[in-house]
Formats: sequence, structure tokens, C-alpha cells
Amino acid sequence: MLSKIAVPLAAMLVFLVLWEAIVWINDWPNYIMASPSDLPAAYSKFWNLFLIMGWQTLWRTVLGLILAIVFGVVLGMVMGFSRTMRDALYPLLVGFNAIPKATIVPIVALLFVGAHDFNTVLIAFMISFFPIAVSVSIGLSTLEPEYRDILRSLGASQSTIFWKIALPKTLPEFFGALKVAVTLAFIGTNLMEIVSPHGRGLGALFDSGKTNSDYPLMFAVLIALALLGIVLYYIVVWLERVFAGWAERQPT
Amino acid sequence: MSDALIEIKSVRHAYQTASGPLPVLDGLEVSVPEGGFVAVVGPSGCGKSTLTRLIAGLMKPDEGEVWLHGERVKGPRSTVGMAFQNPVLLEWRSILKNVMLPLEIVKTPMTAAQQEARARELLALVGLEGFEDKRPSELSGGMRQRASLCRSLVHKPEVLILDEPFGALDAFTREDLWQTMLKVKEEEPFTGVLITHDLRESIFLADQVIVLSGRPARTQYVMDIPTNRTRTLDDLYTPEAAERLNILRHQIEIAQGRAPANGEAA
Ligand SMILES: Nc1ncnc2c1ncn2[C@@H]1O[C@H](COP(=O)(O)OP(=O)(O)O)[C@@H](O)[C@H]1O
Ligand SMILES: [Mg+2]
Repeated sequence: MLSKIAVPLAAMLVFLVLWEAIVWINDWPNYIMASPSDLPAAYSKFWNLFLIMGWQTLWRTVLGLILAIVFGVVLGMVMGFSRTMRDALYPLLVGFNAIPKATIVPIVALLFVGAHDFNTVLIAFMISFFPIAVSVSIGLSTLEPEYRDILRSLGASQSTIFWKIALPKTLPEFFGALKVAVTLAFIGTNLMEIVSPHGRGLGALFDSGKTNSDYPLMFAVLIALALLGIVLYYIVVWLERVFAGWAERQPT
Repeated sequence: MSDALIEIKSVRHAYQTASGPLPVLDGLEVSVPEGGFVAVVGPSGCGKSTLTRLIAGLMKPDEGEVWLHGERVKGPRSTVGMAFQNPVLLEWRSILKNVMLPLEIVKTPMTAAQQEARARELLALVGLEGFEDKRPSELSGGMRQRASLCRSLVHKPEVLILDEPFGALDAFTREDLWQTMLKVKEEEPFTGVLITHDLRESIFLADQVIVLSGRPARTQYVMDIPTNRTRTLDDLYTPEAAERLNILRHQIEIAQGRAPANGEAA
């Protein structure tokens, strides 16, 4: 239990010490590379901005992700239950997913100029629904026919089979995809925040650090983003444990 | 109307596949009396599982009729219980809750407490007492199959359909389960159809063995296994059993097209 917290903490500490040492040994000025000791100053100077911007980044990411979950699950169900729909939609989806999202960001930013929250949520959504849709459709379409048959032979309806068997059986794959999706949504949000003019969120704070050549601020934003990303990721891990903990192998 | 509980009359069925229709059953006749236990053997891919799906009402035959208890089968009915080679237990439920699953679908006069008592009783009958709260992954293959058997019986079905339920188990576990099956048969009043590819299993458990021909399947041979006492595994090592197995093996060879239909039993 202790080692579960102590080991990652120690690893983090070693990382910070190495970082500090490398900057110090090479005698880099902080416009090349800020060191960890520069960060507290940056945080204390802009702490209220970090809170406001951090919250903006957080809620847009989460909203985009929730939309991606709703849309991805519905799309996954359609493709999982209907062979025809799967054959029709799969190439479209793969093609859409293959487009590098960095090229979509400026297009969306121009398409809906000024609608900044909308743009950001849209990109977070667009970038993250794909793994969810794919995992749900694969989970449903690979359900062994016997699973359906034990309920269907008793006269159970399709929706009963979905709720009692298909959905819970798909949860482990769903959460696997959600872990990927949460990271993607976060990247989407930040791309948009950095690219759009007069943006908001931590991405915009990063951008203003760049404009003002405030390198410690830029690094401080990076660290804040990492922390936020970690928190989001572990929330998903926690949800997974609650709803699909049964899929974990028991240590024996 | 005859007094058979399961009645299959001149059933013909073909699957529509990409390379045209695939005839699977052709003029199949099966009749199982109430309380009877019939084993169906036949070459792999000859249509045995298709037969179980017809009896369960999971599909309709192209031609012919399936009757259960004097009623024409038109769709699934709650008086059927099924178990397969794959135990298909739900990993997110305890063994007890897995066994109780059919009671969530089928309307039953049992109260919640009675339902649980019924499930526990069955689990005890198959030797799974003390495993009620375990997850399926904590059980061995044989134990999972026992749990699956309980689930197929919990709603007191008239007809029990077993599609190669012991097919994936090792020989010793399989023999254990045969004995469990006999015990269950004494306690539970069902009419059974057992699909198997193990001839010893068929003569040990069933009171009638039906050999299906190769695809498209029809009834090729029927053997009655009369009995008036409790069977034991020793029965399988008698000259009588050896002769039955010989005849059945020969019939399978005919069904596979490896022996002429009029040849003598080896
Ligand atoms: N849904 C289906 N569509 C097309 N062909 C099928 C389908 N189900 C089974 N078959 C084919 O029908 C034949 C009989 O299948 P089955 O009844 O499962 O045989 P058995 O259980 O005796 O091995 C096999 O050749 C199988 O490939
Ligand atoms: Mg089969």
C-alpha cells in the first residue's frame, strides 16, 4: 500500500532532480530550458490565472468527452448490432480518423470564429469519439452467440439481452477505449486553445507565455497540463474499477 | 396427437450461405417421451446444434413441424433450459446470481427467497455448495459447467437441451459430471436431449441414442438403452456395453461415409 504511493512519488522526485541537474550542469539560461526551481515563482505569480484557465480547460475537455461517449456508444451500438451499418460506416470512420486532427483545428477555428467554447468542445469531441465507437461495436459484434441464446431461448427481448449481457460484457473494452479517449480529448482541447486567437484555457496561457518569452511560465503550464491529464486519467481508472472491476484478474 | 413430449416431424432445413443454400436437416424424425433422455450423436457439422435451436424455438425449420407438449413451437418458450459446451457464465455476477439469471426473465410464482433457496439447492445438488459467492473465473472448467447446468434448470424447465456440455472437459472431470448428471436426473423431472460426440457418454446417460447421418442429417439409427437400476461407471466395462459401443461406432462410420451402409458391425 505504502509502496503504491511511495514508488511513483520517488520516481517523480528523481525526475525533478535530474531535470534540475541537467539544466544546472549545462548552465542553460531559462530561455532555453527552465528548471524546476523556476516553477514555484511562476505559479505564485499567476496562480489565479492557473485556476481560471485550468478550470476552462477541464470543463471543455470533460464536456467534449461526455459528448464523445454518448455519440460513440450510440454509433458503436448501431455498428455492433447491424452488419450492414458496420460495413457502411466503418470505412468512413477510419478515413475520418486518419486525418491528422492538427489540420482540422484551424479549419474549425475559422469556421466558427469567435465561438471559442464551442470550437474547443467540438475538437475534443471529434478527436475522441472514434476509439469509443470502435470498442463498443467490436464488443457487441464479438459477443458469442451462446450468450444471446441463453436469454433468447427464454423469450427475453433484445433490449433485455443488451442490458443484462451485451452492455456489461462490453464495459472492459469500453473503459480501455475511454482511457485513450480522455487523453485524446485533452490534446484536442489544448490544440484549439493554443491555435485560436484570444483563446482561453491553459493552452492560451501557454501561448501568452510564448508571446512574452516567459519560459518559466510555459514550463509551468506544461506541468499543470500533465497534472490535469493525470487526474483525468485516474478518474477513468477509478470508474473502471467501480463498474468493470470484475474483469481484473484476481492476484492469486 | 401422440404422447411424446418432444416431437419432430419430417423437418427439413437449409442455411442460406454466400455459396447458395446448405441443406442441413432432411426429413428428420425425433420423438422423445415425457421424462425421457435422448442422446443425439452424429458426424461433426451434420446439424446437431441446428436441431437444438429448432427445439428451443430459436429458429424455424423450412419444412416440417416441431411440437413440445402438444403445442407447435413457433418461438422461444420459458419451459426450455439450455446448456452448451461453452458455459457462458457472466463474469460480473457471482455463481449464485448466474444461476438465478433465468428467473429474472421467466415469470415464476416463487418469491425472491424461494428463488434463492432453489438456486442454492441446485448448486448443492451438483456439488457446488460453498461456491455461491465466487466469481466464475475462480472456478475450474468442470465446476463452471456444473454451474451452467444449474442455470439451465433453475426455472424448472420441461425440456432440457444440452449441446455437448462436457465436450471441453478432460476425461476424469467428464466422468464426474456424468455421475452428477444422473443424480440431477433423479431429482429433477425434465425431458432431456443431449448432443454429444462421446459414445460412452451417450450410452451411460441416455435411455435412447439417436445416430444422425452426415449432412444433411436424417435419423439413421436408433438404439434403446433399457435400464431398471441406478447406473454406475462399471456398466461401461461390461460385454454388453462393448457391443453397444461397437454398433454405434460402426453407425458413425457409416454416417461419415467411411463404411458402406450394409456392412457388418466390426
Ligand atoms: N447460421 C448459419 N449459417 C450458415 N451455415 C450454418 C449456420 N449455422 C450452422 N451452419 C452450418 O450448418 C452445418 C450444421 O451446423 P451445426 O448444426 O452447428 O452442426 P453440429 O452441431 O452437428 O456440428 C455446419 O456445416 C455449419 O457450418
Ligand atoms: Mg454443434
